Amino acid sequence: MLIALFADIHANREALTACLDDAAKEDAESYVFLGDLVGYGPDPVWVVETVAGMVDKGALAVMGNHDEAIFRDDVSLNPIARAAIAWTRLQLKDEHRTFLKDLPLDLHQDDRLYVHASACSPQDWIYTLGPREAFQGFRATAQRVTFCGHTHMPALFNENASQLPQAHRPISGQPMPLLMQRRWIAVLGAVGQPRDRNPAACYGLFDTATSRLTYVRVPYDADLTARKITAQKLPHALAVRLTTGS
Amino acid sequence: MAKAQLNAGMTLDGFVLQERLHRGGMAAIWSVTHPDIDFPIVMKVPFLDYEGDLSLLIGFEVEQMIMAELKGIHVPKLVANGAFTVQPYIVMEYIAGATLQKRMGGEVIPLDELTALAASIADALGDLHQQHVLHLDLKPANILFRPTGEAVIIDFGLSRHEKLPDLLDEQFHKPTGTTEYMAPEQLLMIRSDKRSDIFALGAMLYQLATGELPFGAPSKIKYVRQRVWRDPVPPRKLRPEISPALQEIILKCIDPMPENRFTNAEEMAFELRNLDLVEVTERGERLERSNFKTAFRKRMRVRKTMQAIQASATKPPPRAPIILVAIDLSDDLRQPLQEAAVAALANMPGARLACLNVMQTSLIAIDENVNEDGDNIHVNRMAELRTWAEPLQLPRGKVTFHLIESRNIPAGILEFAHSNKVDHIVVGAHAGSGPGASKNTMQIALEAPCTVTVVRLTEADRLAAAQG
Repeated sequence: MLIALFADIHANREALTACLDDAAKEDAESYVFLGDLVGYGPDPVWVVETVAGMVDKGALAVMGNHDEAIFRDDVSLNPIARAAIAWTRLQLKDEHRTFLKDLPLDLHQDDRLYVHASACSPQDWIYTLGPREAFQGFRATAQRVTFCGHTHMPALFNENASQLPQAHRPISGQPMPLLMQRRWIAVLGAVGQPRDRNPAACYGLFDTATSRLTYVRVPYDADLTARKITAQKLPHALAVRLTTGS
Repeated sequence: MAKAQLNAGMTLDGFVLQERLHRGGMAAIWSVTHPDIDFPIVMKVPFLDYEGDLSLLIGFEVEQMIMAELKGIHVPKLVANGAFTVQPYIVMEYIAGATLQKRMGGEVIPLDELTALAASIADALGDLHQQHVLHLDLKPANILFRPTGEAVIIDFGLSRHEKLPDLLDEQFHKPTGTTEYMAPEQLLMIRSDKRSDIFALGAMLYQLATGELPFGAPSKIKYVRQRVWRDPVPPRKLRPEISPALQEIILKCIDPMPENRFTNAEEMAFELRNLDLVEVTERGERLERSNFKTAFRKRMRVRKTMQAIQASATKPPPRAPIILVAIDLSDDLRQPLQEAAVAALANMPGARLACLNVMQTSLIAIDENVNEDGDNIHVNRMAELRTWAEPLQLPRGKVTFHLIESRNIPAGILEFAHSNKVDHIVVGAHAGSGPGASKNTMQIALEAPCTVTVVRLTEADRLAAAQG
């Protein structure tokens, strides 16, 4: 089965559309959304409705910290993110809020774990940035592969018998075998707000038959999204970073 | 994991074990059969025990991972990988020929055969590198030959795929490899320089040519450092019939400094196939290794040299592309072709120009080597080629001259481009004269393995030529 994985969409309609089209072209059979459907971007309603529609048809989705911030006030966020959340709350209706609130923190499927930030206390939104965080993530789950997001930086870790796990910087488009006898944490890059100096949207394709994961980069009309952000009077920095991937 | 006792007649995932062909230090090779597979196959089964070295286990993981990525004639075709939870194994195509090690065991190989052999190994290595795989443990036991002559590289337990996680780099903090053929930067745990494989290939070529190992067989990995300050005995001292050009190639490969070696295997194969074009320096001519005093001085500086090697190895090697200009000496396109060649060179920094002239041989008549005036045609043609390139004022080493004979001009050009991995072909609009000449150019443009520039006279050029 070919699974398409999307993390950190952040209400970016153009990026999600481009990634969904690409996944359909690759004949993806199943869809997983790894949290942060909203926040930062200008199209929260469209994104929530699109994802909810796909979940109705069998797609899986977990909650991210920005999704949580829609219905909780004590989520720690930086001022720009907070301003965007305040705007987003005004756009969403009860049905959207209910959908976000009902999302689980993590999901198990066969030998895989889907979680937004880390298997290690998912509600604390720990960034899986380096070997130490990855080590804790491995300790917190028995699943073979953890798929997560949250950092907006693509990375791949494998568990190591004798020392801390090492980060591998994935090369986009290169299918990588996640060897069956090892355990892995795959941090997907962001669909809607990449921060690795590559403005192209990032999503993952995982083939369960061969245990191969590909990080896919999809260029999209980031200028259009940036213009929408400006038009909605969302913080200007959010528009700028989309076009630079920073 | 069950420690399976393997016996002939056993079946593993549908593969029937027939006969144990080889038992090495790390794995056994079994010939196996499978009802769905109609070519000869073998199964490699590692000796894994958890008290033993962890590197065996990881090496086998690496080999399974890398073989699944490799394609082509220079590696055995992968059939199946066995799961680690049951019994790890690799089933692959059986290569009928002997290993290079066995071939070395017999009598001394004649030099022309030896250079051809080395060039085919360099081809295989180039193919591996093109597929982003660094072998990092090349040795005679890991090289086989197909009955058709192509070299096949095996044993990827220490290898590295440039685009995949390097499981070995993560795991180990001491250098691994075969001391006889190991490059000095591998002592520093550098696993990302393709020129480490060039070094190993050079050490093998030295051994093929002289029967001796260039740096002996150090019993411990730390003694590998000696090759940084102690130069090997020049091959020509051990076997005087070795040409300075061949010695130049061998010693260039095993230079301690990565930046002094060939930048890629294609370049090495090219020089091995064109020994007359090798630029021979003192290195190729020398008959004695450096004296004791020099070696001692180098030994004192070894720390500094290792630092320089580290710096050199971590810089990406420059690309050395080849631009082929197909020259028709009778052509009125001389100047436009020269200009196009210069432009192509300017576009590819570090490129070299290969000036090629194809002499068309006739189908029926026996060609004369000597013309009516008694001059050797080949010598004359070569001189004309050099004259052609003279106005370009290219430094030696940046331009080479090639004369080949072929019944069919485009076929000759294309074959040269394929076998030398040419990056760009510059050709006149009428390759060869006479009827069908422009069809020749079309065939080159269609079938070339690279970019082709077709040079044509404009109407204005033609008028100017007619008036001038």
